[in-house]
Amino acid sequence: MAELHAKNIVQYLEEQRQKETLRFITCGSVDDGKSTLIGRLLYESKCIFDDQLKALESESKRYGTQGEKIDFALLVDGLEAEREQGITIDVAYRFFATERRRYIVADTPGHEQYTRNMATGASTAQMAILLIDSRKGILPQTRRHHRIVTMMGIRHIVLAVNKMDLMGFEQSVFDRIEADYREFAKDANLKTLQAIPLAAVSGDNVLKRSENTPWYKGPTLFDHMDTVSVQEVATRGAFRMPVQWVSRPNLNYRGFCGRIAEGSVKTGDPVRVLPSGKTTTVKSIDFFEDQLPEAEAGASVTLTLNDEVDVSRGDLIVTTDHPPEVADQFQVKLLWLTEEPLVPGRSYWLKVHAKEVSATVMEIKYREDINTGSHLAAKVLNLNEIAVVTISTTHPVVFEPYTVNRTLGGFVLIDKLSCATVGAGMIDFALRRSTNIHWQSLEVGKTQRALLKNQTPRCIWFTGLSGSGKSTVANQLEKRLHAEGRHTYMLDGDNIRHGLNRDLGFTDADRVENLRRVAEVAKLMVDAGLIVIVSFISPFRAERRAARDLFAPEEFIEIHVNTPIAECEKRDVKGLYAKARKGELKNFTGIDSPYEVPENAELVIDTSKKSPEECALEVWRLIEGK
Amino acid sequence: MNHYKQLEAEAIEIIREAIAGSRKPVMMYSIGKDSSVMLHLARKAFYPAPPPFPLLHIDTTWKFQEMYAHRKKMAEESGMELIIHTNQEGKKAGINPFTHGSSYYTDVMKTQGLRQALDHHGFDVVFGGARRDEEKSRAKERIFSFRSAGHRWDPKLQRPELWNLYNTRMRPGETIRVFPLSNWTELDIWQYLHVEKIPIVPLYFAKQRPVVIRNGQLIMVDDNRIPIEPGEKPQMRMIRFRTLGCYPLTAAVESPATTMEEIIAETFNTVSSERQGRLIDSDQPGSMEKKKQEGYF
Repeated sequence: MAELHAKNIVQYLEEQRQKETLRFITCGSVDDGKSTLIGRLLYESKCIFDDQLKALESESKRYGTQGEKIDFALLVDGLEAEREQGITIDVAYRFFATERRRYIVADTPGHEQYTRNMATGASTAQMAILLIDSRKGILPQTRRHHRIVTMMGIRHIVLAVNKMDLMGFEQSVFDRIEADYREFAKDANLKTLQAIPLAAVSGDNVLKRSENTPWYKGPTLFDHMDTVSVQEVATRGAFRMPVQWVSRPNLNYRGFCGRIAEGSVKTGDPVRVLPSGKTTTVKSIDFFEDQLPEAEAGASVTLTLNDEVDVSRGDLIVTTDHPPEVADQFQVKLLWLTEEPLVPGRSYWLKVHAKEVSATVMEIKYREDINTGSHLAAKVLNLNEIAVVTISTTHPVVFEPYTVNRTLGGFVLIDKLSCATVGAGMIDFALRRSTNIHWQSLEVGKTQRALLKNQTPRCIWFTGLSGSGKSTVANQLEKRLHAEGRHTYMLDGDNIRHGLNRDLGFTDADRVENLRRVAEVAKLMVDAGLIVIVSFISPFRAERRAARDLFAPEEFIEIHVNTPIAECEKRDVKGLYAKARKGELKNFTGIDSPYEVPENAELVIDTSKKSPEECALEVWRLIEGK
Repeated sequence: MNHYKQLEAEAIEIIREAIAGSRKPVMMYSIGKDSSVMLHLARKAFYPAPPPFPLLHIDTTWKFQEMYAHRKKMAEESGMELIIHTNQEGKKAGINPFTHGSSYYTDVMKTQGLRQALDHHGFDVVFGGARRDEEKSRAKERIFSFRSAGHRWDPKLQRPELWNLYNTRMRPGETIRVFPLSNWTELDIWQYLHVEKIPIVPLYFAKQRPVVIRNGQLIMVDDNRIPIEPGEKPQMRMIRFRTLGCYPLTAAVESPATTMEEIIAETFNTVSSERQGRLIDSDQPGSMEKKKQEGYF
C-alpha cells in the first residue's frame, strides 16, 4: 500500500467508507498449516508491526517449529497454554485490510473436540477457507469441517490446497483434490467455490501469483477474497426488526430500539407488531440527533410509531404484507456445547434475537454423525454432537427458518442453574398443530417433572431429640437450596400436626400413624419432583425404616442431629424438658421414652460443635455431591 | 452498509443487549480515545434518553494533568454521573510506579482499585473499551466476558458466543465485562473520532513537551513526582501519545502530527503497534493474560 499523506486524507477516508467487511473462518488443523496461512495473510497485508515482528522472531527461536525461520503460527496462538503446547484452544479473531476490503478472520482449532469452537467462528462468517494438506487430500476431517460450516449457513467456500511445494506443485495432485471435493460438496447448495493451489509457508498464490504453478489460471487467494461477491440477501428481504429496548425518556417520546435483521424501512411505511399482530405506521426513524428517511438491514435505529401500540423487548416490528411466522413448537438442528448432556424434558432458557423464553426439548429425532452425515438413534446429546430435535417453548416466538435468516433463526439454550450457554440451535420449521403428537408421546412421570425443575428429587429426613436443632438446620438448608433455584418443601410438626394430622394424639399408635402419613406425603412430593425436608424427632428405627422403604435407594437421606441431651435440655427452647422432668409431660423422648440412635444415617451432625449454617452446608454438600 | 456504519451498529446493539440483561450497569471511563468512542456510542444507543448508567474512573492518581482536565470537562458536558475511585489503602501506603515496580503498582492501584469499586457499588455489568486487535489474549476474549465471584477471568471456561446472541444470565456474585469495541481496530477508532468530531485529550496531538529517555522510551515529565535519575536531563521534544495511561508507564512517540488528519496518516503509515508504549504489557511473559485473570480489564 502506498504511503498516506495528511492532505490526501479526505480521499482516503472516502475510500475507507466505501470498503466493506468480509468475515471468514479458516478450517484446518495445525498440520495443514492453518496458523501459517493466517500469519501469512497478516504479514502480506502489512498488518504485522515492527515490534510484533521482532517479538515474533525471538519467540520463533524459543517455541518455533521452523528452525531459524519465522514461525508465523506463533502470531496467532494467543494464550500461554496454547503457545506452550503448540495447539489452538479457542476462537481468536484477527483483523486485516487490503485496499478493497476489511477482513475479520475467525481462527478456530480443527480437531473433533473443538467442533463447538468452529461452529462459533462460523456463526458470524460469510465465507470459509477449508485447508487441505495436498499430501493427504480430502480427509474425514475435511468432510467434518465442510458439514459444520455449511450447517452454520456458509455458502462461499475456498478450498485452499496447501503444501503444494511438498508435492512438487504437481497439477494432477491439485486437480484430483478439487474434483474429489466438488463431488462430495455437490449437494451443499454453495454459491461460490474456488480451489487454489497454495504454499502458505513460502507465499505461493497467497498475494502473488506463483511461478511454480503456471498451469493454474484462477485468482490468487487475496484476489479472490477481494472480489468474491458475498452480498447478503438481508437488505432485499421483507422488513424485520427485533425490539431490543423501549426508550421512554419522557411522556411524549416512545421509541423502539433495535437492529434491523432484514429488509428496509421508510418513514410512513405500514408495519405490524408481532406476536400481537397490531398494525400501525412508522412515524420516524431516529438515529441520535438525526431523523433518517429510511434504514436498511444491519442498521441500529430507533423507530417511533403513529399509534399507541403495545411493544416490548423481544417483539418484532415487521412489514405488513410478508410477516414472519409465530410458533411455540419447532423442528431444529441442535449442536451441544457442554460436558453435561442434553436430556429431553429438561427446561432451559432459549434466546432467539432479543427474546428469551423457557424451552424443552421434546424428542431427539436422530443424531447426525459429523464425519459421515449418517443418522443415528440417540436418547441424549453429548458435547460436540449434532442432532435434529423437536423443541417447545412456553411463549410464542417470532422467527424465520435459519436458512432464510440467521439472525431470526439461530438460537442458544442456556442452563437455568449454571447459566452456561449449553446448546446452539437452528430453526428448520414450526411444527403444525396436526403434527403435535409429541405431547402425547412424552410421558409425564417423576423423571419428567424433576427434569422440568432441573433437580434430583429427594427426601431429606432429619431425626434427633427435641431441641437438638433439627428445624434450625433444616430451615438453613431450605434457604440455601431455594437461593439456588431448587424447588423445596419442608414438613414439620408445625404444618402437619395442625392440619393433616390434627386428629392424632400422642399415643404410640397415633405416633406411628403420624409418621406414616408424613412419609407418604413426602413420597408424593418427591414424585412431584420436589426436594422434601422432613424434620421430626422420629425416635424409632422401625418407623424410619418404613419411611426409607417408600423411596428409591438414593432418594432418602437420613440426617441424624446428634446433639447431646445435656445440651438439648440446657437450650429447652419450648420449656418441654422442664415439664417432662417435673412429670407434667409423659412419654417424652430422651426422658421417659427411648431414642433409638440411627445405625445407617447418611450424615451425623452435632449443633453443639458447629453452627446451624455450617451443619446446613454439610448437608448441602452431601446432597449436591460437592 | 459501509464498515463504519457496521461497526457502529454492532457496538450499539451490544450496548443495548448488555443493558437489557443487567441489574446495575456501569461504563468504565479511562479518559482515553477508546473510552471517548465508547461513550459516544452509548449516547447514540439510547438517545434521546441519556445512557442509563454512570461512568466509573479508577484513578491511580498518576494520570497526566491534561487527562484530569479533560475528565472534568467531559463530566460537565455529558451530564452523566461520574464515579471516581482510588484505592485509598494503596494511596496511603504510597504505592507508586517508581519504587514498587510497574507490576505491583498496577495490581494495587488499578486491578485492586477496580475490584474494590465494583464490589462496593455491586455493579453486575461493566463496559470496557478493549479491542481484540490490541493484544493476543484479548483476541480470544468474548464480547461478553464472564468473571467469577472474585472477578477472575478463566480463558478456558469462556461461554461460547454464537451469532449476535449474548447470554447475560449470571449466578449470584458473577459479573460480566462487555466490550462493544471488540471488532474495532486502532485505525477505525481514529477515523471514527475524526468523522464524528469527538473531542479527545490534547496529549494525542504532537507538541513540544518535556521528556526523559528511559530504557529507550520517551517518558514525559508531567509533574515533579518523577525522580530524575543521575545522568538524565529533561529535554523538550515534539511528542504525542498513541495510548494514554499512567504517565510514568506510558511512553510517548516523536511525531510532527498536530492534526487529526496527520494522526490518521501517521497511524496508517506506522510501523510499531499501539501498545508498544505500554510498559506493563511486557513486564512478564504472557503478562496481559495474567493480569486479566486477576481482574484487570
